[in-house]
Amino acid sequence: MTEQIIFYMLAIAITVFSIMAVTSKLIVRSATYLLFVLLATAGLYMLLDYYFLFAVQVSVYAGGIMVLFIMAIFLTHRPGTEVRTKHGWRIGLSVLLSLAGLLLCGDIILHNAVRLYQFTDAETITMQEMGTAMLGSGKNQYLLSFEMMSVLLLACIVGAILIARKTNGSEKETKETDQ
Amino acid sequence: MNTMGDFWVVNAGAAVPVVAYQLVSLILFFAGIYGFLTRRNIMMMLISVELILNAADINFAVFNRYLYPGQMDGMFFALFTIAIAACETAVAIAIIINVYRNFGNADVDNLKKMKG
Amino acid sequence: MEYTLLILLFPLTSFIVLGLFSNRLSHKAAGIIGTGALLAMTLLSFYAAWDYFTTPKAEGFYQTLIPFNTPWLHMGSHLHIDMGILLDPISVMMLVVISTVSLMVHIYSLGYMKGEKGFQRYYGFLSLFTFSMMGLVLSTNIFQMYIFWELVGVSSYLLIGFYYTRPEAVAASKKAFIVTRFADMFFLIGILVLSYYTQTFDFGTLMSGNETIFQHALSTRFLGASALVWAMALIFIGGAGKSALFPLHIWLPDAMEGPTPVSALIHAATMVVAGVYLVARLFPIYVAFTPEVLEGIAWVGAFTSMFAAVIAIVQTDIKRVLAFSTISQIGFMMVALGVSKLEGHEGLGYMASLFHLFTHAMFKALLFLGAGSIIHAVHSNEMERMGGLRTYMPVTHLTFLVACLSIAGIPPFSGFFSKDEILAAIYGYHTGLGIWMTVAAGFTAFYIFRLYFSIFWGKQTQYAHTPHESPRSMTFPLIFLAIPTLLGGFIPFGHFVTANRSVYTIHPDWPIMFISVLVSLTAIFIARKMYQYAGTKTGEASSGLKGFQKAAYHRFYVDEVYLFITKKILFNGIARAFAWFDHHVVDGSINGLASVTDWVSIKIRGFQSGEIQWYAYIFLFGTLLITALFLFM
Repeated sequence: MTEQIIFYMLAIAITVFSIMAVTSKLIVRSATYLLFVLLATAGLYMLLDYYFLFAVQVSVYAGGIMVLFIMAIFLTHRPGTEVRTKHGWRIGLSVLLSLAGLLLCGDIILHNAVRLYQFTDAETITMQEMGTAMLGSGKNQYLLSFEMMSVLLLACIVGAILIARKTNGSEKETKETDQ
Repeated sequence: MNTMGDFWVVNAGAAVPVVAYQLVSLILFFAGIYGFLTRRNIMMMLISVELILNAADINFAVFNRYLYPGQMDGMFFALFTIAIAACETAVAIAIIINVYRNFGNADVDNLKKMKG
Repeated sequence: MEYTLLILLFPLTSFIVLGLFSNRLSHKAAGIIGTGALLAMTLLSFYAAWDYFTTPKAEGFYQTLIPFNTPWLHMGSHLHIDMGILLDPISVMMLVVISTVSLMVHIYSLGYMKGEKGFQRYYGFLSLFTFSMMGLVLSTNIFQMYIFWELVGVSSYLLIGFYYTRPEAVAASKKAFIVTRFADMFFLIGILVLSYYTQTFDFGTLMSGNETIFQHALSTRFLGASALVWAMALIFIGGAGKSALFPLHIWLPDAMEGPTPVSALIHAATMVVAGVYLVARLFPIYVAFTPEVLEGIAWVGAFTSMFAAVIAIVQTDIKRVLAFSTISQIGFMMVALGVSKLEGHEGLGYMASLFHLFTHAMFKALLFLGAGSIIHAVHSNEMERMGGLRTYMPVTHLTFLVACLSIAGIPPFSGFFSKDEILAAIYGYHTGLGIWMTVAAGFTAFYIFRLYFSIFWGKQTQYAHTPHESPRSMTFPLIFLAIPTLLGGFIPFGHFVTANRSVYTIHPDWPIMFISVLVSLTAIFIARKMYQYAGTKTGEASSGLKGFQKAAYHRFYVDEVYLFITKKILFNGIARAFAWFDHHVVDGSINGLASVTDWVSIKIRGFQSGEIQWYAYIFLFGTLLITALFLFM
């Protein structure tokens, strides 16, 4: 029962904050609502007994990514300015499409997902199990994925630096203006 | 076909029905889509994309937990997704800063000018 | 006589050289090339005239010679357009007139246009005009004539608009071109009708007196007249446009915006008599088959001559006075043609008309060149700015006086002879018309001496700087032209040009001569009384005539009527409707095609807009659609 109450609170939080995140006119508020959504999602993972996932969600998502977000927002926006949205008919179209998708998928879920699947207690996944699964190369083990992810992260770091770095031309310009 | 009545009856007493998680992630997902479609600011679009990814993560975790309680595949997919989201955010923010530097704002309309 | 081809080639070459190298030639070189080519052409024309008229006549009639003719365009099995040279009395006479006046104008322009910007261009255009005019009179067929006719119109347009930086000149050139072009449209229709029914363009065939070729045209009737009558009337309208007959005269006064030598050459001596030449050329057809058209020509000419003479009395711009005088004199020629018959004494009108064409070309060119000399000295066209010029410009004064006496019809000047023959011919046709034309002749004498006395006598006007006699290059043409003006009347014209090409000796008609001289002298006397000492006031008529004078000064508002018809009715009424149809239906269908393509391409382009969110819409829509399809199908 407690779990249910917590779930519904989290569910309401996710619903409300996600909608507020996409409708808020101030970008910092949007980011803050996103943070709430991410934290609430972390709470859902906790409910599902995925503690490691919970920890990753909080540290990487709510911690790392959100810091990136906030930093980028402060780099590119003056605080307090409202961001622009699309024109009226575009918003109408978006609402229509989103609602249509919501109803369609909701219909699918309600008709197909599956009351038969019951919540069964399972043993909590230990870090040892997780470590062997991540670094093993057998069935249901993810060494390749793990390594690819590390390469991807490296490429991302290099790429992000390369993109965000000032180009030669603009470097010269800044030098000239400095002089 | 199932009806709502069946649904609630069958799940009575259970912890939280899988459908409830599904609906939460569904709302999250389409809220993200709505934001992605309506916002002009790239940063806001990125926030919406995070919402969408998060909805996907929830689904991975929930299906894994309800359907295959003894396995960890869904959880790993969620993990990798988070890692990929981190990558994507880093690169996207680098691009946004570049756009801002070139156009003076971070509107997605600017990117139209990048057509060949 | 193949060398007559050179008469055309000299000015053509000159035009091409001057046109191509106008920027590289100095003013002097351009003048020498233009005038030199003209001199050669003139000498050749004189030789050709001598050659032609001394060629033995066949049975007392001058022959038509075609020294050169080549088919140019074939249209169907019978019809073909030739390019050739036709020599007969009138074309040879025109050769002499055109080359003489043109040469004089070329020489005169050396002084008049000295230092003007575009001097080379000016001489190029003059050469083009001379070439076209020569081609016009030497045409062997009516279509060749039409081609040169249009060329003449174009060169006239170019020369009127020579000072293309002045809006009035540009407007005048456009007006001249559009009005004559409008008339030429009727000319072309007339040619097409005529050639359709007769299956020939050739003057030789048309003039052969062979009635069978006209049978078809005569038997076809349209709106109460035969096709031939329509054709000849339409052709005459073309001639009326070029010759500035009422009501198509409106372009000629404005054409005075061009340089004065151009007015002398084109708008006094040569181009404006092209209509007279055209009627004279087709005279055998007119007189034999369509006498009703000829009668119409006579009445139009009579009205025009009186109408223009009245307007000329009250104009204050000397070039405009001369322009209306030209219109009036062309009216005289047309009347004479209109009242003429083919044979013997009845053919007097034809002979008189062309005689008057000849003398008029000389004295009117002289008048215009004299006016140019005056304008050159005074730097104004307005009579009020002139007066007492006789002491400053003796040569101009004397030559101008000769020309004035000639146009007024005072013996023994050339105009007297030609005009009296015209009057004699008209009295022989219709007494009332004769009186009418005598009055017009009196007006002529009055307005020309009003001009003369206002310019050379009248009160001493204060000039900004003392007027001086023009340079020798300008006075020489004046003196040269004064000679035929003085002595031209003694040419036995009837020995050269008559309606039936036989020799006809003119018998003076003493009573008519006496009356017309009396009328002219009276008119001159009145003009002298009014203007010799009374200053240059422009003829204050008695109060009862004030309104009439005002109307005449505004040229009886013919221009305004045209403006009303063209602007209000044609442009607003008819043209708007056509424009609407053109814009909305004709253009609309094409534009519709274009805009459909445009619309489709814009829509297709929309898929590649680079708008990431639009892609997202499409993607989402597609996904949902496919999902829905799988779900519900």
